[in-house]
Amino acid sequence: MIAADTPDHRAARLLTVGPDGEIRHRRRSDLATLFDPGDVVVANDAATLPASLHGRHEATGAPVEIRLAGWVTPGDPTRFRAIAFGPGDHRTRTEHRPPPPRLTPGDRLRLGPLTAVIERLLDHPRLAALRFVGNRASVLAGLARHGRPIQYAHVPAPLALWDVWTSIAADPVAFEPPSAGFALDWRTIAAWRERGVRLATLTHAAGISSTGDLALDARLPFDEPYRIPEATSDAIHRAKRRGRRIIALGTTVVRALEAAASSGGGVIAGAGIARNRIGPETRLAVPDTVLTGMHAPGESHYELLRAFADDGTLRRAAESAHEGGYRSHEFGDVMLLARQRVATMSWPATEHEEGCAMVLS
Amino acid sequence: MTKITDFKPAADKGFRGLRIAITGGTSGLGRALVRQFSAAGARVAFVARTADRVKQVAAETGAVGLVGDVGLKDDIYPLALQIAGTLGGLDLLINNASILGPVPLIPLADTDCEDLEQALAVNLVGPFRLTKALYGALASSAREGHGALVVNITSDAAVNAYPEWGAYGTSKAALAHMSAIWDAEAAPQGIRFLAVDPGDMDTAMHAAALPDTDPATLKRPEDAAAELIERIRAALADRQTALEAASA
Ligand SMILES: NC(=O)c1ccc[n+]([C@@H]2O[C@H](COP(=O)([O-])OP(=O)(O)OC[C@H]3O[C@@H](n4cnc5c(N)ncnc54)[C@H](OP(=O)(O)O)[C@@H]3O)[C@@H](O)[C@H]2O)c1
Repeated sequence: MIAADTPDHRAARLLTVGPDGEIRHRRRSDLATLFDPGDVVVANDAATLPASLHGRHEATGAPVEIRLAGWVTPGDPTRFRAIAFGPGDHRTRTEHRPPPPRLTPGDRLRLGPLTAVIERLLDHPRLAALRFVGNRASVLAGLARHGRPIQYAHVPAPLALWDVWTSIAADPVAFEPPSAGFALDWRTIAAWRERGVRLATLTHAAGISSTGDLALDARLPFDEPYRIPEATSDAIHRAKRRGRRIIALGTTVVRALEAAASSGGGVIAGAGIARNRIGPETRLAVPDTVLTGMHAPGESHYELLRAFADDGTLRRAAESAHEGGYRSHEFGDVMLLARQRVATMSWPATEHEEGCAMVLS
Repeated sequence: MTKITDFKPAADKGFRGLRIAITGGTSGLGRALVRQFSAAGARVAFVARTADRVKQVAAETGAVGLVGDVGLKDDIYPLALQIAGTLGGLDLLINNASILGPVPLIPLADTDCEDLEQALAVNLVGPFRLTKALYGALASSAREGHGALVVNITSDAAVNAYPEWGAYGTSKAALAHMSAIWDAEAAPQGIRFLAVDPGDMDTAMHAAALPDTDPATLKRPEDAAAELIERIRAALADRQTALEAASA
């Protein structure tokens, strides 16, 4: 697949994989008409922090890049878990970035107008808990002025916040954009409303997608706080009761919905921390379909897709995307993947799953 | 970043906890709004260009002061980030910051293109950009049954063809019309837009435009702010009624 190297999300194409594995090539704008009245589309409305900060390690004067990667206390912007890199920037592939200077608790980092103090290392020389000097307002002002969106070598041009905020971006709690949301625009949302398709949201603090370090990458995704509004949990309950589909926009939504899944086939409203990992063994309780970027085997997002479809189906989809010249990565094309009927039928039937099987048929 | 989960803007609770952003909060109408909303228990963030005055008003009112220029593209997202981040979302945006264009006022035929562009940048494109950057936050507020209202401050110069008010009047007319279109498009999302002319007020802007006016003949900005707040209260109550009707 071709890497999408600019944040121009207008050209995105859409590959759909139906519940029987049928593959079709469509346009992203077709999303407006693909769902039925009563279906609920759940999207992540987290806005993205400018979480990459360049500066210097005060003791040695060595250059560092800090990538904020996790909340210590959700919503408190003075303390984060962060990944540290040595010299260079996003144009060098993360796996080729030199390590940061040796970090020890108490070390100070000068990051533009901000000063960060290393609180402790988290079992890895690149991963630390840090605290910014200052209060919420001054830290946010410093981030707003000096921080840049986290980005990777496949997009060389520097990104601005407007490139990484989706059109529904609300509360700035994510470290990288919940990129399936780039497929959304207000015209599509209006078209859904006309059809009786409901847009519901949750806020999930999407974390960092790659560190370039094998040991650290194996620990991804980190724990991610989320919050599900009452209105969203109500809409999901109603849709499930009436045998309608739940469409998750993005892997972060799948993770949050599954973390909050209740035994009755709905989700529990409120704040929580997603610690779950989703893979081929996962018995999905909530989403029937996921909208996702184009992912390759080995990526943690690909593992999540294996909860929706068997490897054969995913391989066919990947081949089809490859032949069709689809673009990968966060600014690329998208795939709408229905949970495969075969997988559903092989589960012990409960009332809830019969409901789902009905929808899928 | 902190979500206010228990806030419901029912009329009886007044403005307590309402998350409000006001541009141009260090003088005239904007400062009066910052003071009155803060005193009413709202959570207020305001914006202006001059850092010292931002600090002063923040210290006086307890509101969050943000330094930025709404006429600059590169300032908008940093402002939106700080607004949504410090307030944990947004229920009410008041686009109040404004400039006159060339001062003293001059005929259009004498107006430099750059001065017209600057008036449009601050008075029209700035409110558009900031609204767009915060639209997701406003839509989220609407989905959760909170306020979700945008107030754009216009002027009688938007309606009447006053000679020598060309740059300003054009920008305000466009802002008023844009508000109406926003309102038509955003109503289904539960976001309302109001364009409000506050009337002639005794402020720095008025003194710069018409230095010979007797201030005693002008509205006090405090009174204009109180009137505007009543309109906002009514608009939020209307929304609440509409929401309750829709969910019943
Ligand atoms: N006064 C009147 O008679 C009258 C009549 C009709 C309508 N209005 C409207 O009412 C509103 C308030 O007017 P006012 O008379 O109170 O104005 P004012 O006293 O001149 O105050 C303007 C405020 O906006 C700020 N500001 C100006 N340009 C800005 C920019 N580019 N970015 C951010 N902040 C900026 C100013 O601070 P900095 O300079 O430090 O940035 C100040 O806080 C305006 O929209 C005006 O058009 C006024």
